[in-house]
Amino acid sequence: MKVSKDIKLNTMKSQAIILLVALIAFGCSRDELELPDATFPNTAEIFTDIPVSLTDEFFISFDPAEGANTNGFGVDENDAFEGTTSIRIDVPSPTDPDGSFIGGIFKDRGKGRNLTEYNALTFWGKASTSATIGVLGFGADFETDTYVATLNDVGFTTGWKKYIIPIPDPSKLVQEKGMFVFSAGTQSTAGLGYTFWLDDMKFEYLSSIAQRESRALDLQVIYNVDGTDVAVNAAAAYFDPSDFDFAPTPPARDASNVVSIFSDAYTNVQVDNYNGFFQFATTLGGAIDIAGENLISYTDLNFVSINMFNSPNVDASDMTHLHLDVNIRETVDAGDFIRLEIINDDGGATTSAGVALGSYRTLVGGEWLQFDIPISDFPGLQTDDVDLIFFVSDATISNIYVDNVYFYRN
Amino acid sequence: MKIFNLKTLSTGLVIATGAVLYSCEDSNPLPNRDYELEWADEFNGTEGSLPDPSVWIFETGTGPNNDGWGNQELQYYTDRAENAHLDGNGNLVITAIEESFEGSSYTSARLITKGTQEFQYGRIEARIKTPFGQGLWPAFWMLGSDIDTNEWPEAGEIDIMELRGQEPRIIAGSIHGPGYSGGDAVTEDFELLDGRFDTEFHVFAVEWGPNFIDYFVDDRLYQRLSRADVPEAVEEEDDSFCVPQGSDCIEISGEDSWVFDKPFYLLLNVAVGGSYVGSPNDNSRFPQTMVVDYVRVYQ
Repeated sequence: MKVSKDIKLNTMKSQAIILLVALIAFGCSRDELELPDATFPNTAEIFTDIPVSLTDEFFISFDPAEGANTNGFGVDENDAFEGTTSIRIDVPSPTDPDGSFIGGIFKDRGKGRNLTEYNALTFWGKASTSATIGVLGFGADFETDTYVATLNDVGFTTGWKKYIIPIPDPSKLVQEKGMFVFSAGTQSTAGLGYTFWLDDMKFEYLSSIAQRESRALDLQVIYNVDGTDVAVNAAAAYFDPSDFDFAPTPPARDASNVVSIFSDAYTNVQVDNYNGFFQFATTLGGAIDIAGENLISYTDLNFVSINMFNSPNVDASDMTHLHLDVNIRETVDAGDFIRLEIINDDGGATTSAGVALGSYRTLVGGEWLQFDIPISDFPGLQTDDVDLIFFVSDATISNIYVDNVYFYRN
Repeated sequence: MKIFNLKTLSTGLVIATGAVLYSCEDSNPLPNRDYELEWADEFNGTEGSLPDPSVWIFETGTGPNNDGWGNQELQYYTDRAENAHLDGNGNLVITAIEESFEGSSYTSARLITKGTQEFQYGRIEARIKTPFGQGLWPAFWMLGSDIDTNEWPEAGEIDIMELRGQEPRIIAGSIHGPGYSGGDAVTEDFELLDGRFDTEFHVFAVEWGPNFIDYFVDDRLYQRLSRADVPEAVEEEDDSFCVPQGSDCIEISGEDSWVFDKPFYLLLNVAVGGSYVGSPNDNSRFPQTMVVDYVRVYQ
C-alpha cells in the first residue's frame, strides 16, 4: 500500500510538474504564436517590362543641386533584352546645363523586401558605345543606406550581357528597400554623352557564386563568380565587429607620458591635416572612419606627411620613442620600403635623416606591423616643435593604413 | 471489394514509389558490371602526415625536360607536406602555393602509383573537391605503365578528371594515344548546372574494360568511348603501322591505336599555369587546394 501511495504521490507530482512545464512552455511560446516575426515579401523582380513593386516615381534621382541630371531616365519601348521594353538611361556630357551625371535609386514601394534567399542582383545591360558605368548596386534607399553594396567602373559593351552583383551577406537583407542604385558620367567616353540600357533586373540565387572572402578593412567582400573573382564594395553593416582587424589598442598611459598625433586611445594634439597634397606627391587619402574606428588611409603613396605647421607647437622633447602601426594593403616585393622623416620647427631647424621601417622588422602585407622607434634613431632630431612626419615609399608601396601615431616615454 | 481495394492501393503505392525513385534517379541506366572493391586508399592518417609512401610516389621538379611537364606549367612539384599531406579527417590535401622555389613561382605536388598500384580494367574512382581560379589545373588521371619504354602518347593516357580553375563548373574526361593526343585528344566536357566542383565533393570515375571506357560524374554517365572513337591504324607497305593525323600518318610501334588494354598507374596533381589553363592572374587566390576523400578501384 505504501508503495502504491508513493507511486500515486509521485504520479501526482509528476503530473503537476508536467502541467507546470507545459504552462511555462505555453507561456513562452504564446508570444511567438500570437505575434509571429514580421516577414516581408520576397519579391525578386525589379524590372521585367515594367517596374515591379517600386515607388510611383520608379527612379529617384540623386540631388540635382549636386549635379545629378534628371532628364535622361526612361523606359525604351523599342529595345529590350527580353519582352518589349527596357530601362533607357542617357548619360549627359559634363557640360550639360541640367547636370553632369545621372544617378539615383529604385526603391521598394512597401516596407521593404526579404532578400535572404537570394545571393545576387542580376540584370542584362548594353550601351550605345563601350563605356564604364561608375556605380551599380543596391541597398541605397535614401533613408539609412545601411546595406549599400556596389560594383565600381563596370564595363558595358554594345551587346546585351548579363551582370551579376553578389550580395555581400544575404542574411542581413531581411527588409531591404534599396532595390538598385547607379551613377554614371562620361569619364570613360572622354566627355561624350551616351546611352545605356538595363533589362530583366531581379534578385536571384546562383549556384555559380561561391568562395566568399571578407576584406572588412577594405569594406569589400570577394566572391568567385563562375571562376572569376568579383570584389563588391560593402557597407560596414555587412560585417561583424569581429571581421575587422584593427590595430591593437595601445596601452593606457598617463597623459604626461604621451604626445599623441593620431590615436583613438589618447587625446590627440591639433594637426593641420593628414595629407598636404604637396607638389610632386601622388598620394591620396587621409583620415577615414571604418565602422567607427579612425584610421589614416594612404593610396597611390609616393610621399606624404602629417602636417602641423599651423597648429600649436607639438612638443615631444620629453618623449623617448615614436610609436606607429602600419598595415600594408598589398604584397611587399623585394626592394619595397617605407621611410619615416620628421621635420622639427617649421621645416627649418631640424630635418631628420630617414628611418627605414624595414630595418625594425620585415615588412609584410595584410597585417598590422607595430613600430616603437627610439627618437635617438633620428640623428640630430629635436622634437620641441614637430611639424611634419613624412612617409616616403617612392611608390614602391602604394597603399597603407596607419594608426596610433604617438610619441611616448615609459 | 476489400481485396480489390487493397490491390488498388498496392498498385498505387508501387506507382508512387516508382515515381519517387524515378524523380530522384539522377543517373543513366547502366550495365551491372558486378565490380568488387579491389584496392582503395581512404587517406586515413594523422594530420600533417604524408600519404602512404608504399603507394604514393612524389614526382618532383619541373618535368624530365624542365619544360613544365611538357605543358609549360609554372609550378615546382615538391615532396613537402606543405604541398601534399593528410588532413587528419580522412582526406589527402594537395596544395598549390605561390612562393619562390627553385626558380619557380609556385609549388605544388604530383603523386603517382607507378610500380606500386597499377591496374588494368575496372572502375577507377576518386571523390574530390577541386581548387578554383584562373590558372589552376587539378587532375585525376592515369598513364600507361610502360611509359618508360613506350613513349607518350603511345603509352596511353586516361584523364578521369581535369578542370580549368577559371571554369569551376566544368570538368573534362579524355583519352590520349597515338594520333589523338594533346589538343587532339578524344575528350568530352561535363558541366554542373546546379553547383561547382570547388565547393563540394564529387565522385569522378571511369569504368574501363576491353574495348570501352565509360566516364562518370556522381554516377552520371557522360561519355562512352570505344575503339570506334580513335583513329584506326593503317598498315604500310613495309608492314609497319601508322595512325592518320591531319595529312600525315604517324608511325606507331604496335598495330593498334587503342592503347588501353594493358596496366596503367594513377596520378593526382594540381598544376599551376600551362597551355591548358593559362597563367594565374591577380584574380587567382593562393594557396589553393585539391582535397581527395578517397581513391577506389573496383574490378
